[in-house]
Amino acid sequence: MGMTITEKILAKAANKKTVRPGELIDAKIDVVMCHDVTTPAAISMLVEKGIDKVFDKDKIVVTPDHFQPAKDVKSAELHRRLDRWARRHQITHYYELGRAGVCHALLPEQGHIRPGEVIVGGDSHTCTYGAFAAFSTGIGSTDLAAAIATGKLWFKVPASMKLVLNGSLAPGVYSKDVILAIIARIGTDGALYQAMEFVGLALSEMSMEARMTMTNMAIEAGAKNGIMAFDDTTKRYLDEHLKDEKEYTVYESDADAAYVRVEEFDCSAFEPMVALPHLPSGGVPIGDCAGEAMDQAYIGSCTNGRIEDLRIAAKILKGKKVAIRTIVVPATPTIWKQAMDEGLFDIFYDAGCVISAPTCGACLGGFMGVLAEGEKCVSTTNRNFVGRMGHPKSEVYLASPATAAASAIQGKLTDPRGYI
Amino acid sequence: MSRAHVYNRDHINTDEIIPARYLNTDDEQELAKHCLEDLDEGFVDKVAEGDIIVGGEDFGCGSSREHAVWAIRGAKVQTVIARTFARIFYRNAINCGFYLIESPEAPDHINDGDDIEINYEAGYVMNKTTGAEIKFNPLPDFAVEIINDGGLLEHVKKSM
Repeated sequence: MGMTITEKILAKAANKKTVRPGELIDAKIDVVMCHDVTTPAAISMLVEKGIDKVFDKDKIVVTPDHFQPAKDVKSAELHRRLDRWARRHQITHYYELGRAGVCHALLPEQGHIRPGEVIVGGDSHTCTYGAFAAFSTGIGSTDLAAAIATGKLWFKVPASMKLVLNGSLAPGVYSKDVILAIIARIGTDGALYQAMEFVGLALSEMSMEARMTMTNMAIEAGAKNGIMAFDDTTKRYLDEHLKDEKEYTVYESDADAAYVRVEEFDCSAFEPMVALPHLPSGGVPIGDCAGEAMDQAYIGSCTNGRIEDLRIAAKILKGKKVAIRTIVVPATPTIWKQAMDEGLFDIFYDAGCVISAPTCGACLGGFMGVLAEGEKCVSTTNRNFVGRMGHPKSEVYLASPATAAASAIQGKLTDPRGYI
Repeated sequence: MSRAHVYNRDHINTDEIIPARYLNTDDEQELAKHCLEDLDEGFVDKVAEGDIIVGGEDFGCGSSREHAVWAIRGAKVQTVIARTFARIFYRNAINCGFYLIESPEAPDHINDGDDIEINYEAGYVMNKTTGAEIKFNPLPDFAVEIINDGGLLEHVKKSM
């Protein structure tokens, strides 16, 4: 029997010919992503255990992002611990304030993600990089410490679920709507412990930015990783972004690979979706919730803070005024500059939005846009759990950048198709 | 006695277990002060050493923050019993040497405040209040080995 892309990558990483779902393996890690919340604890563990070393200073990518620039004294201490460690070990790819950005937007943009590789990061949304036909998964601090010191980790090979995206998306409907519709169907644990493998026409028509929005949210269905096959779109992105090592191995799923579940979707029938509080699986078509009054709109994050997202929002906001607080967060310094150079900042400024520095910030209720008791926010982020963006009695409504922008103009949940 | 704190709900997530506003520290005692704060504000005042948290399906879903396990361990909770656990939370617990009990049935036989005794090796939960005895599948051998070694780092140190 054949293997899926996920199984092939893990087999190679474990130096085996084949692996099967459920099998325990020791896999070699190609890239370790480190940020300011989970890495300082990993560093302390390594020091305490007397194994304060890094397996390869070229294969660890470090960027503060969650609370950068430091939001308070305690987060400043976290940044200082991260900084001292990165310098002590002369980490090659250490992005400091000014070049640091939201990790899952930054790593692909800076050419650290290659097909066929195994990537781990101390952040649950590390599954984002699977859009590049890589195996990529989020880990906690202890795993991170082990990966940093040894370049290896234990994994249970996940079974794969295939999600077939048939048809083409209608105007005003985006990859965010697709992933919200998928999670609404299968649930927040619908892919628990599994690989979500996306295929189909709608996917092949998406940009890499749009694809990353979908793999980013694989964890919101409980998945271990999200993965997509390599194609011309992947190649074009890599040709543009890979810097030094430009070689990589492309794996494809075999025709007779085994899937525990196959789900088909008619993407041509999809409408803009909004995930109602308090689970990412709470997605409903915009028609079912339009008119709900909002207090804030948030356009940014590792899900939807890339240049394409900002262009979509700007196109809708051009010449309009926002009716509620609207926060735009370009995910990386490069995106920030690109948006400024393209004139998007003028559009956002004229509309009455605020533009922040790259940070995860308010997405996780950290700072730069935290919600008060009872407030509601339409947000392009990935989680709407209780208290996620602030007060436990605040509410988050997940949507695409287009829906967030249209809703910002109206001050209430609004169908973006009226603005396109 | 080990008292059960029952939260009869699925998808209890890491933001409820330890809200992100407290992630500016990784100090376990500091985190423990806010354990389950957005789920049950009074939890830290009523929990005692050795107590047990009981949840539904997909316990610990969301973020990869190991802080969620540390907050629970820091609050001196003995274990969490849930129908199922989210993947990263489960893995983090094993990696830092904290035993979790996955049992689709056990939550049906435990009420809030019941006195619970657990036999980890034999794999059963004894409800001393009701007399019910519920079996569970013990952790796989490799996980027990990691826990017995004192966590993943001690475990990998052996082969370094």
